[in-house]
Formats: sequence, structure tokens, C-alpha cells
Amino acid sequence: MARTHSNTLGSRIVAFLEHAGDLGLFALRVVRDAFRRPFELQEISRQIVEIGTRSVPLIIPCGIALGIVMSLHTRASLVRFGAASMIPAALTIATFRELGPMVTGLLVAGRVGAGIGSELAGMRVTEQIDALESLAIDSFKYLVITRVTACVLALPVLTILMDFSGLMGGLFSEAAFSHISARLYIHRGFAAMGWSDYIPTTIKTTVFGFIIGAVSCYLGYTASQGATGVGHAATRSVVLSSLLLILVNIILVKLTFFWFS
Amino acid sequence: MTRHADPLIRLDHVSKSFGRRAVLEEVSFEVSAGEGFCILGKSGSGKSVTLKLMIGLLTSDRGNIVIDDEELKALDRTSLLEVRKKIGFMFQDGALFDSIPLSENLAFPLRRHTSKSEKEIRDIVCEKLSEVGLEKELNKMPADLSGGMRKRAGLARALVLDPPILLADEPGSGLDPVTASEISDLLRELKERQKTTLVVVTHDAVRVHGFADRLGVLDRGRMIACGTSEELADSRDELVRALASRGEAKNVFSKS
Repeated sequence: MARTHSNTLGSRIVAFLEHAGDLGLFALRVVRDAFRRPFELQEISRQIVEIGTRSVPLIIPCGIALGIVMSLHTRASLVRFGAASMIPAALTIATFRELGPMVTGLLVAGRVGAGIGSELAGMRVTEQIDALESLAIDSFKYLVITRVTACVLALPVLTILMDFSGLMGGLFSEAAFSHISARLYIHRGFAAMGWSDYIPTTIKTTVFGFIIGAVSCYLGYTASQGATGVGHAATRSVVLSSLLLILVNIILVKLTFFWFS
Repeated sequence: MTRHADPLIRLDHVSKSFGRRAVLEEVSFEVSAGEGFCILGKSGSGKSVTLKLMIGLLTSDRGNIVIDDEELKALDRTSLLEVRKKIGFMFQDGALFDSIPLSENLAFPLRRHTSKSEKEIRDIVCEKLSEVGLEKELNKMPADLSGGMRKRAGLARALVLDPPILLADEPGSGLDPVTASEISDLLRELKERQKTTLVVVTHDAVRVHGFADRLGVLDRGRMIACGTSEELADSRDELVRALASRGEAKNVFSKS
């Protein structure tokens, strides 16, 4: 019994390591092939529009709601110390430095990652990827590189949208509670901010985009087991890319502090 | 096995396994330009794998596959894609791109591989679809087509670049007898008019005699017989005789 259990555990560990290795090789292939012709610019543009269409209706309301909630929490804490005037600065720094990029990454992982995973898995199990190859089209370049590149390019733009939506949410909340003017709110908000507070943190979202794109494409492109495989690819795309996003963010924050202290 | 002086397709002792399961073992055959070759076998005998190996969708573990003097294993990715332009592949379920209409399914490879104008592309798409009797379904999405229509559409797309070789995976399976016969007739016309080299895999030998010059029988991954339908009908192997006689039965019906 104990031996069977350890065998199962052992085979799971081996399977996990195999998957991790395959994902790593897949990501390396993405990086290598991204700089090889043809560049499929038309398809990349189409994918960026697709990601935007899927994500913007989610990003703006989430950003506004996040700004309002953050404002309520910050107000509750800072008012106790008589530092209510610091609320705009605290909100702006929190949103631009961490909340905006992270929440955007997680939202896109949920919305776009699941979409890419299920779309490619569906194409795999219905032989559409094989059909592309049989028509002498490099399916990896056409399906994977375009989607990963689109994610890499779209994430910073969506993050900026999330940051400003959050700022707007904070402004609505603050205007309702303290009747602060929009000009004063923005002035106070950005007074404590430097370029290093939002340029590196926005750029780091390209890494988030790469993770979401590469993970969901990997799970979709290598899917099997018919309709079940499509469901698995969608679910695992969200779970794995969200998890990796959170873990890699620790390294990225450390690197940001190291380079832009 | 019949040897040809200048084969267009050659499989030489090809083996393929998935994990520990051997799917193909030492399979060899040749197909000449303009010839119709049909691979018969029961489900799971390795027929579809053989076709996928021939277009490089799978890689053989051992043995060589040569298409028009190009050995697939020796090719880099770009050269492999060039070889694939010479091959049309008809998938079992059509494998149409379900996010675009039927007309775009056919226009897509033309836009990718030719410098034809949009008008020329539209004309070719209409011509190919009318050849398979789908000219009225031009703007339909693949999901709105029946199984038979999807197969015919898959055939039209496989032929849109006018490849000299057509590989067809179970062209008649899952279809009513009338539609299956229509597809067989299309393949026969293609072979006769355009001298396309055909390799068709099927478990149904009834409808292959219109276009198959030779038959090969796969059983559990091994090519157990290869020859004309008459040669196979005289085989000592019961399975080979059974498959060949199904074809004879069709011939009897055709003559009556």
C-alpha cells in the first residue's frame, strides 16, 4: 500500500518535472521563433484587437471598483493619523506600483488565457492545427508566436488603462467623501511619484504577458483527449499562468528595487 | 512488392511507436506519379498514422520516407513546408477552420502561398467549390455544414493549390452510400483528369476500385499484402482476401 502510494507520488513528481521541462522548452522556442521570418504582423494586430476587445470591458470597471475600495481602506487608516491629504499619493503609488500590473495580469490570465487555451486545444483536437501544417503553414508561428507577442504588447497598454481607471475610482470616492477637486487629487497623487514608480512596473507586465501567452498556448497547442482536453487546457491555463504570475512577480519586484532603488 | 523505376512517394521500412505501443512496423511501399494507391485495413491498423508520416505531421522512429526525391527526415522546417505545398491532405472530418466561412477556408492557403489578386482567388475558390458541389454554400460557416459537405469542403481545400499528390484519410467513412460514392467519383475524376497521385486510406474497400490501381493491406502495423485487387483476391491470407472480395462485390454490382 505504502509502496503504491510512493510510486504514485514519484510518478506525479516525474510528470510534473516533465511538464515543467516541456513548458520551458516551449517558452525558449517562442523566444527563438519570435525573431524569425515571417513576422505575421497582420495576425498579431488581429490578436491584439481580440485581447483588447475581450479585456477592456473587464479592466475599466474592475479598475474603478479597485480604486474605490482602495480609497475606502486607505481613508480608514490614514484619517486616524491625521494624514488624509496623503490618500491620493498612497492610492496612486499602490495602484501604479503593484495593484494595477498585478490585477491586470490576473484578469487577462482569467479572460484571455482561458480563451487562448481552449481555442488552441479545440483546434488541436479537431485536427485544425494539423490542417494548417498540411497547407504548408507553420502553425507554431501562426498560432503561438502571434498570440504570445500580442499578449506581450497588450499587457502594458491594458495596465495603463487599469492604472488610470483605478485613479478615477479613487477620485470618485475621495470627491464623494472629502469634496477634493480633481486637479488637487491628481496633483497630490503624482507629486510623490517619479518615473521609476511606473515605468519599470508597467514594463514588467510584458513578462506577465509572455507568461500568460506562453502558458496558455503551451497547454492549448499540446492538448489531447478530445473535449475533456479542451476543458483541461482552459482551466489549467488560468490556474498555471495566475500562479506563475504571482511567483514571478516576487522576482520582478526585487529586480525593480535593485535596478531602480 | 511491385517496384517502380521512378516512384513519387517511397516508404522504406518505416516504423512508428507511441510510447511502448508499436503502431507501424517496417512498412514499405512505393507510389508512382499519377498512380492511385489505397491502403486498406481495420480500425487501429495504423492507416492514418501512415498518412500523417507521409506529410511530416509525425516523424518515423525508423526508416525513410521520400516524397518527390526529398527525404522528409533530412529536411529542415522550411524545406518541409515547401514539400507540403506539393501535397493536399483530406482529413477524416474535414478539419475546416471553424472561425472563418467556407470561402475563407479555401482562400487562406491561396493568400499565403500565391500572389494572386483577390478576384483571381475568388474565382479559384468558386471553381473548386463548384467541383465538389458546394458553390451555394460559399458563405456558410463550417458548423452549418453537414458531415458530407464538410468532407467535400475539406477535399476542395486540399486541392486549392493544385497539388500533384493527394492524401485522403477515410474519404467515405461516416457518410451515406450516395455521398460516399460522390466522393469516390470526385477522386476518380481527379486522378483521370489532372493525373493527381492519390494515396487513400480506408477500411471500406467497396468504393476504391474507381481510382485505386493498387491496394496495400495493413494489419496491426504491418503491410501484409500489396498489389492489384486481382492479386489480393488470390491471396492466402483470409483478411486480405476478405478486403479484396468486398471490392469485387462492388464490381459485380457495378456491372449488373
